[in-house]
Amino acid sequence: MNLVTPLNRVLGLGSAKGGVEHWWVQRLTAGALALLGLWLAFALAGLDDYSYAAVVEWIARPGTSVLLILTSLTLAYHSWLGIQVVIEDYVHGGAAKITLLTLSTFAHVAIGIVALFSILRISFGAVS
Amino acid sequence: MAKFRLPRNSQIKPGKKHPGADAASNAREFQIYRYDPDSGENPRVDTYQVDMDDCGPMVLDALIKIKNEVDPTLTFRRSCREGICGSCSMNIDGSNTLACLKPVEDVKGPVKIYPLPHMPVVKDLVPDLTNFYAQYASVEPWLQTRTPPPPDSERLQSKEDQEKINTPSACILCACCSAACPSYWWNSDRYLGPAALLQAYRWIVDSRDEATGERLDALEDPFRLYRCHTILNCTKDCPKDLNPGKAIAEIKKLMVEREH
Repeated sequence: MNLVTPLNRVLGLGSAKGGVEHWWVQRLTAGALALLGLWLAFALAGLDDYSYAAVVEWIARPGTSVLLILTSLTLAYHSWLGIQVVIEDYVHGGAAKITLLTLSTFAHVAIGIVALFSILRISFGAVS
Repeated sequence: MAKFRLPRNSQIKPGKKHPGADAASNAREFQIYRYDPDSGENPRVDTYQVDMDDCGPMVLDALIKIKNEVDPTLTFRRSCREGICGSCSMNIDGSNTLACLKPVEDVKGPVKIYPLPHMPVVKDLVPDLTNFYAQYASVEPWLQTRTPPPPDSERLQSKEDQEKINTPSACILCACCSAACPSYWWNSDRYLGPAALLQAYRWIVDSRDEATGERLDALEDPFRLYRCHTILNCTKDCPKDLNPGKAIAEIKKLMVEREH
């Protein structure tokens, strides 16, 4: 028998005084990705030559490098926020939720750093 | 972790077939969810035949006819029978609606009637709305002011400001919207749901209310407000044609507005 009143249960730990930033940045990155995605699609479609050497040369151009870095980091950030919401939606119970949120954060930071590092290596001529 | 298997007592078995009205030319079949927690048995779906030539046009008319003439144990809530009390909300033909506003002839084939989804069932078509009402109470749905009322008149409001609360005030708390919301299904312990948020909005936009900031503070929470992912089942199912989805979006806009 639960003697805690229904209102007490609903009020719970109170408002977390957060969530606005998360919601806003998710929309902001979505808008940015719409533009960056368009650029990426058109740029890829516009390539004359899809050979390894030609694509590496294309990535090494300053404009391409900067836009690709922007796209990768924005995508990693947006995905991090989105996966967090999915985990919070479906995984209830402390330990499993915290573990998954932590793993998701690690994975997304890793993906972002790997993308950044790979593009920079190409742009600074370490790969040819 | 998410529960992928249903609790044992939520598996629905085939139920009784009640005879009657077979010979009638305008007979309709009603398949109705039955559950009696005291019996210890699993829920079942009973089948009833109703002669629509001898019955009112709405699903509620048929339910009342079945209860009066065929099976007095059938349990459901109803009161005003004209869409203003919000008692007879249930899941008919796959959508949450009021039985009193749903014409039988709008349903093709057998009329399938279940209680509001994802609510604990008290008996048959009667859900336990305790948590739903507590969530409504938690948004403090009454006028809060610091300015004392004028000594000789009511608190005044312009016609434009009145129109802002006109529509959300028409909510009858039938719970069709909240019980249709997947986000509410998974997280109703922390997410307030479309009905409570529509009423929170009704007080947030009320020009006479002076607790707007406190109301927004109370909703500024990843679960209470931001579990809404604009699925919009709420707006689709509202039998009063209200728009809880838009109200929630407006609350989110106000949240951003006061930060920038």
